[in-house]
Amino acid sequence: MSEKNSLPLKERMKILRIHMPEADPAVRSRNFEEVNQGLPEADALTEASRCIECAKPGCVVDCPVGVKVKEVIALICAGDFLAAAAKLREDNSLPAITGRVCPQENQCEGGCIVGKKGQPVAIGNLERFIADYERLSGKLGLPANAPATCKSVAIVGSGPAGLSAAGDLIQKGHRVRVFEALHELGGVLVYGIPEFRLPKSIVRGEVDNLRRMGVEFETNVVVGKSVTLDELMNEEHYDAVFVATGAGLPVFLGVPGEHFNGVYSANEFLTRVNLMRAYQMEEYDEPVYDCRDRDVIVVGGGNTAMDAVRTSRRLGARSATLVYRRSDAEMPARAEEVKHAREEGIEFRMLTNPVEFIGDEKGWLTGARCVRMELGEPDASGRRRPVEVKGSEFVLPANVAIIGVGTTANPLIQSTTPDLATNKWNYIVADENSMRTSKRGVFAGGDIVTGGATVILAMGAGRKAAASIHEFLTAGEW
Amino acid sequence: MYKILDARSVGLNIKQFVIEAPRIARKHQPGQFIILRIHDKGERIPLTIKSSDPQAGTVTIVVQAIGKTTSLLNCLETGDSILDIVGPLGKPSEIENYGTAVILAGSVGTAMALPTAYALKKAGNHVVFIEGSRNKEMVVFEDEVRSSSSETYVMTDDGSYGEQGLVTKKLDELIAAGRKIDFVLAVGPVPMMRAVARITAPLGIKTMVSLNSIMVDGTGMCGGCRVLMGDKSQFACVDGPEFDASKVNFEVLMQRNAMYREKECASLKQFQERWEEQVAELREELAAKESHHV
Ligand SMILES: Cc1cc2nc3c(=O)[nH]c(=O)nc-3n(C[C@H](O)[C@H](O)[C@H](O)COP(=O)(O)OP(=O)(O)OC[C@H]3O[C@@H](n4cnc5c(N)ncnc54)[C@H](O)[C@@H]3O)c2cc1C
Ligand SMILES: Cc1cc2nc3c(=O)[nH]c(=O)nc-3n(C[C@H](O)[C@H](O)[C@H](O)COP(=O)(O)OP(=O)(O)OC[C@H]3O[C@@H](n4cnc5c(N)ncnc54)[C@H](O)[C@@H]3O)c2cc1C
Ligand code: SF4
Ligand code: SF4
Ligand code: FES
Repeated sequence: MSEKNSLPLKERMKILRIHMPEADPAVRSRNFEEVNQGLPEADALTEASRCIECAKPGCVVDCPVGVKVKEVIALICAGDFLAAAAKLREDNSLPAITGRVCPQENQCEGGCIVGKKGQPVAIGNLERFIADYERLSGKLGLPANAPATCKSVAIVGSGPAGLSAAGDLIQKGHRVRVFEALHELGGVLVYGIPEFRLPKSIVRGEVDNLRRMGVEFETNVVVGKSVTLDELMNEEHYDAVFVATGAGLPVFLGVPGEHFNGVYSANEFLTRVNLMRAYQMEEYDEPVYDCRDRDVIVVGGGNTAMDAVRTSRRLGARSATLVYRRSDAEMPARAEEVKHAREEGIEFRMLTNPVEFIGDEKGWLTGARCVRMELGEPDASGRRRPVEVKGSEFVLPANVAIIGVGTTANPLIQSTTPDLATNKWNYIVADENSMRTSKRGVFAGGDIVTGGATVILAMGAGRKAAASIHEFLTAGEW
Repeated sequence: MYKILDARSVGLNIKQFVIEAPRIARKHQPGQFIILRIHDKGERIPLTIKSSDPQAGTVTIVVQAIGKTTSLLNCLETGDSILDIVGPLGKPSEIENYGTAVILAGSVGTAMALPTAYALKKAGNHVVFIEGSRNKEMVVFEDEVRSSSSETYVMTDDGSYGEQGLVTKKLDELIAAGRKIDFVLAVGPVPMMRAVARITAPLGIKTMVSLNSIMVDGTGMCGGCRVLMGDKSQFACVDGPEFDASKVNFEVLMQRNAMYREKECASLKQFQERWEEQVAELREELAAKESHHV
């Protein structure tokens, strides 16, 4: 037990939140190394001691998967990090990832009682500390699998939803095979979220763990094209299928000039850089538009836009500007990313909306015609609707423009599986609790059901689906 | 890992590969393509499936070496492997009995058009295949072209074989001769496809072109392959690769295909300077992977 933990409550509440060590902005904005460097053990203990062990912990309520934060922190205070990790894993199968990328300010930390008066306990940082400790210790307690059931499950998509379902199902003794369209496993975790926020090695580590537990992986399979859902069930004899294909389709603005060279979807830009390693262009063959000494604008205000703009900075952009049609307060990106972006010299142009891209006669982008916006009445999302300020048009010079305004459902499975019900946006309809779809034996979860959401929600959906699939396989009833 | 069961040169800088890929072989339909990545540091490039054998579990592709990746690929031989192949991608060609179907294709485009030609013939069309190339050495798959069509013309730019002239010259001749043409498919360089579209669009002949935009994933996820159809954007990898020629904005396609030209030239030059070393390294890397896999 750390000595701080024996401090009286009042004393504990006086301890200030420990700052996560970060790479120097001037240096890190030129490389792809991880920005957050992790808490040293002593700091983690101090931070943990800030928890006042509430009778009704708000942190647990506001974590989408109900991680037993209070108990985890108590185990940290007791110095039993491996037990803390095991406790964490009861509810969260990807803690090294969520500790890094959860929007904690709206979730666990948003509910933390210490945060009502001062700064909340840094739950995300502690989660990361524990997960990293466990990984580096090499003492990952891989749970034993139940005896083989002779049932098999196909999982389509290797994002957080697919991976977490795979982990739970293999433990129940089922045969599990994950099919992935791309050549690498991890979904958005590898092709979207950049190395400087989530090192690929961490995702790879999770995949390796699953492999060791017996999960089979097959990359380069586009379900709907290489094989259909019906073929998986009828010809390859899977007893159940979990569809976790994410919301991978890029949304463009639909304004004139989006075909100029230099205009990218954030998906393409990030895929070229992350998955195909265009940032190591000397060694890898994938090119990306040369950002060096050029002006880059990124349209959007979410994590995707933030990742793209910070990436362009790292590729050497002379100016890297985020263009968002609402104001700071409405930006959905994680607070920490916004802070890091500002430190890295990203310019923010709020209440600005591009209405046309302009280019030269050879087809290269030269700028974006933009209008200024002001906030009007709240819209369906409850946020104040941006409306155009008449006569406010101006041109923002740019050589590269990246569109990160959202994504939508990839239709390949839906369009080749006629009896799979979808909603009007083409997302798959699945029961909230059982994750069952309209098709017998087929379950769905993650972004393909909810639309673009978060890693933790996708993970939660994967686990829920696994439990429901297990029930179906055991009872055999639909 | 995808094993190359047979590799052979079929023309100047053009090579044909038969590759083990059972899933793709089972599902392939004419007009579809694969995306491959030769090794860990390679890019993903799209290539049309020329034919497939579901029983043997193989697909055949034909590759023209024009840049770094295709040049490296064409250094591979029977017995070598390719790291990643995904497919079949894209929409299959629309096969119907149109009546008379004219196919115009040049060099590697010939291989890309062949499966569709066979399918159109099988569907009852009178298939006229106009194959074009720069010179005699560049004429490929002539036998297959003949067997896939009911009427065959070979055109060379310099007249060293077949008739002298571009494929569009023959198309003009057929039209001038009053031949009834119900369907046209053009597969080849963008200027050729654009020229065909300019001939057939005013006549209202249904014409499809196979667009070779730059691709990354091939599943609709990146939007890099987008082409402008009128004022609407479509993704070549999922909405195509074949599109109604009368709607295609060929200028935009050409501009977009030139996006990385400088980098492509530099990397090709670098490759040519030390290709033997690079091929040796590649073999080592793939062999290591293979032994790791078993
Ligand atoms: C750039 C970016 C940054 C983000 N940052 C954060 C963040 O900081 N915090 C956070 O919580 N969330 C973040 N998100 C959102 C989060 O990543 C997603 O909500 C989450 O990854 C969804 O998980 P998933 O498993 O449903 O799908 P995905 O992660 O999208 O995985 C789906 C997988 O299925 C594959 N697939 C698709 N179709 C097929 C098919 N037909 N056959 C086979 N495979 C297929 C895809 O290739 C992909 O690998 C971010 C998203 C993006 C794009
Ligand atoms: C659907 C489709 C089917 C194709 N089928 C065949 C085929 O059967 N046989 C064949 O030889 N070629 C085919 N191609 C073209 C082939 O993909 C390109 O030649 C190849 O990508 C060039 O790579 P490189 O590195 O050798 O050349 P690079 O140096 O990269 O490029 C040379 C030129 O090829 C084009 N190009 C570059 N990258 C791509 C890319 N990722 N996708 C498309 N074009 C690109 C560009 O216009 C560029 O200027 C097809 C293309 C598409 C889109
Ligand atoms: S999973 Fe996310 S929300 Fe839940 S406790 Fe961990 S960091 Fe907080
Ligand atoms: S709400 Fe905050 S203080 Fe209370 S138990 Fe959770 S982390 Fe500790
Ligand atoms: S290649 Fe990415 S969407 Fe077509």
